[in-house]
Amino acid sequence: MKNQNVNQKYNEYVEARLPKTKAWPSLFNSFWVGGVICLLGQGINDLLLYLFPYMAMQSAWAWTLIILIFLASLLTALGVYDKIGKFAGGGSIVPITGFSNSISSPAIEFKHEGVIYGTCVKMFTIAGPVIVVGVVASVAVGIIYYIIGLF
Amino acid sequence: MQYLWVFLIGGLICMLGEVLIITTKITSARILVAFVLVGVLLQALNLFEPISRFAGAGINVPIIGFGASLAKGAMGAVKASGLLGAFTGGLQATAGGIAAAITFAFLFSLICKSKTK
Repeated sequence: MKNQNVNQKYNEYVEARLPKTKAWPSLFNSFWVGGVICLLGQGINDLLLYLFPYMAMQSAWAWTLIILIFLASLLTALGVYDKIGKFAGGGSIVPITGFSNSISSPAIEFKHEGVIYGTCVKMFTIAGPVIVVGVVASVAVGIIYYIIGLF
Repeated sequence: MQYLWVFLIGGLICMLGEVLIITTKITSARILVAFVLVGVLLQALNLFEPISRFAGAGINVPIIGFGASLAKGAMGAVKASGLLGAFTGGLQATAGGIAAAITFAFLFSLICKSKTK
């Protein structure tokens, strides 16, 4: 009984100390930063198709994503991406650059715990679940697609 | 004109993520997982291509595009090589992105010192 009381008090304390994100500015910032990151992707994609007219659409998208991933990794290493993240919230998490940041940020941060148990293990704290859920769901979709194709 | 759609759709999807953060205090891992699932679903229902045609990077750059290419790869490979494709297609289609993210993260972690202390 007493324990429960302490827990509740602690929760209230945490609630009070949590940084309050003001809803409207953060929505606006996430909107335009996310939009700009997507625009950058479209720009890279169009430039690739312009420079290499015979490139397949799918390869152009793959290169676009790889370039965005590289840029996000670089900005993370320079400490810039985390600043963008504080400013833009969802605008920096939802694009593929956020996925890249979620891998490189812990990889760099936990370097001091060693290459294997620091970098290599911690790099998948967020990307791991994303890849697991994505792969399992896609295998399920593939199997269902196969079964539908049988009839 | 397409650039306007890219900006609007991409921005809206990211704002939706921010709305989830504000209203549910959900962590970024869960947001990414949720959006990947949305992408897989959109592709499975054949809704991704029509959106992608006018929204371009607006839907391909958000992590929804990653989920869609997982499902698209699996479906395409099933068409080409049967049931085996369900297991090989998804990762094949997304290998470039995953390998790039891992490689660059590893390289930069070798070069850099921790900034967030």
